[in-house]
Amino acid sequence: MPQTLFDKIWQSHLVAKRPDGRDLIYIDRHVMHDLHTPHALAQLEKKQRPVRRPDLTFATQDHTIASKPGRDDTTNPEGAPFLRATRAGSARHGIRLFDLGDPEQGISHVVAPELGMVLPGATHAVPDSHACTVGGLGALAFGCGASELEHVLATQVLALRRPRRMRVRADGRLGTQVTAKDLALRIIAEIGVAGGRGHSIEYAGAATRGLDVEGRLTLCNLTIEMGARSGFVAPDDTTFQWLAGRPFAPQGAAWDRALAHWGTLVSDADAEFDREVAIDCATLEPQLTWGTDPSQTVGVSARVPQAASDGMRRALDYMGLSGGEPLAGLAVGRVFIGSCTNARLSDLEAAAAVVRGRKVAPGVTALVVPGSTSVKRAAEARGLDDVFRSAGFLWGESGCSMCAGGNGDRGLPQERCVSTTNRNFENRQGTAVRTHLASPATAAAAAIAGHIVDVRKLMAGAA
Amino acid sequence: MTPFTTLTGAAAPLLLDDINTDQIAPQQMDRRLDPDYRAMLFRRQRQDAGFVLNRPQFQNAAILVAGRNFGCGSARETAVWALTAWGIRCVVARGFADIFRENCLQNGVLPLELDGAGADAVAARVAAADGAAPFTVDLVAQTISGPGGPDVHFDIAPADRMRLLEGLDDIGLTLKHADDIAAWEGRTATDQPWLQSARDHRR
Repeated sequence: MPQTLFDKIWQSHLVAKRPDGRDLIYIDRHVMHDLHTPHALAQLEKKQRPVRRPDLTFATQDHTIASKPGRDDTTNPEGAPFLRATRAGSARHGIRLFDLGDPEQGISHVVAPELGMVLPGATHAVPDSHACTVGGLGALAFGCGASELEHVLATQVLALRRPRRMRVRADGRLGTQVTAKDLALRIIAEIGVAGGRGHSIEYAGAATRGLDVEGRLTLCNLTIEMGARSGFVAPDDTTFQWLAGRPFAPQGAAWDRALAHWGTLVSDADAEFDREVAIDCATLEPQLTWGTDPSQTVGVSARVPQAASDGMRRALDYMGLSGGEPLAGLAVGRVFIGSCTNARLSDLEAAAAVVRGRKVAPGVTALVVPGSTSVKRAAEARGLDDVFRSAGFLWGESGCSMCAGGNGDRGLPQERCVSTTNRNFENRQGTAVRTHLASPATAAAAAIAGHIVDVRKLMAGAA
Repeated sequence: MTPFTTLTGAAAPLLLDDINTDQIAPQQMDRRLDPDYRAMLFRRQRQDAGFVLNRPQFQNAAILVAGRNFGCGSARETAVWALTAWGIRCVVARGFADIFRENCLQNGVLPLELDGAGADAVAARVAAADGAAPFTVDLVAQTISGPGGPDVHFDIAPADRMRLLEGLDDIGLTLKHADDIAAWEGRTATDQPWLQSARDHRR
């Protein structure tokens, strides 16, 4: 019987069926972070249960860590207890921690792929909803809560209900300055924030295939914003070339053997999905959110919609919009380029290409926070930090930073912020901050112009 | 975990869609390892004196009634801990975010999914009762009862129902399969050895 790629990965990781009907799915790798590690380890220790596979478990400091240069544990005073408890807990259980000061510290969803911990066809768990990011390498990932993390620590499996299968086909080609982020926002706008609930999503189609690995990571990152827990792109030569030689990836004969297996990781031609969605990318333009959930998205040339419901009215009010005005031209007070969505090297390069030779507009606070310390180092080797700094951007140390404001990096009340992150929820980036999600290039363009602008026009000197 | 059989108490109406975890538990307002979860629950909305949980009859609410896609957003289990700290052990909604739903089950909270006429009836009756009379959620009979009409039936996956009814320890259930887990690891170490080894080749 023809199988989808999801079926193949699920089946090969099915350890047993519990009598209550749940499938025990083996987790090949899991990466914890400072926000949830302390609680999960404390619970485990209270029940005197050991960590089953510390060798498959990793931890990083990302959520509460400060982004300020010269940072230490207490630069963000609220973060210090989380960082210290994560450090102590990781040491007690023999778990490798990418700690403050480690040359490879960073956001878990950035660190795990770039070090090659995540592999095609592997399963992955992180106590964070954006675990789905690593689906960009063809891995099946599950975001989980603290209790499920404790479950993985104790058993190395998750007890799951089998999700339904959905395929999102992105047809056509993405135009200039139209990125994986724009594609993902468009998909969310089309299917809604609960459109993927109960499903695992396979991204396919020519536009998906045409994305580089980092673009695929961005696309998969936003899967949870469609309501689905897991999303992935079937691995191909692009994936394999990107992975080859990374420190945790198999090497030598083991690599060859893995590669032969990874070649089978595709959905069979006549495999059936429970739901199929198609997106035409031919006319897709850069996208921005106008409201307070990621489905409230329009193209940069569009007008903000008129309120058609109480919910839309509340969103418009929160965003300081009346409805019907053009999106382009809205004055911006802050720009944030960072997060697990858009803080890999190619993201910073795309933003730097817009910023190079230009200045941040007066009155705009602009911040770049690389997704990992490795990304930061690579960017500095290319001189990107100089490009950003000389334009007037702040250049931070790696972590989640302003994505959820968990490290003290926040905007000001009523400030309009163009952000490369994943959630434009009310108050997420600081009390009453008005977040517009966008790609790195579009965010960089807003910083330069001082208002929302079509990056293509800015680059052409027409804005 | 405390078994969930029946639950009786005030049902608070919060009839909005897409209520996210940032709203349920705005953790950035109290970032401590051991925060006051009761104070955290809907903390921003509670700055509005008219918010439903500020009203006297809902200080001990046991049931929360919401709209579609409740608990979307992050994986933070703090959203569920904030609800239980208030005493809420059942959320009735027209759908739950996948991870939030799992987090509920891990904490003995019933994520009760209702749609269509049943959801309309419960929402209307809970709003009309306005906390003056209690509602009862019976997980054994799979009914919601209370003033204003007949019992409303709800469906739930048998596995989830059993787990809540018996208050089963999820890890304990899985550890009964410790031999299966070890066998899988043994097989995979041979068939796909790269999955069973996460070695840093520089070390």
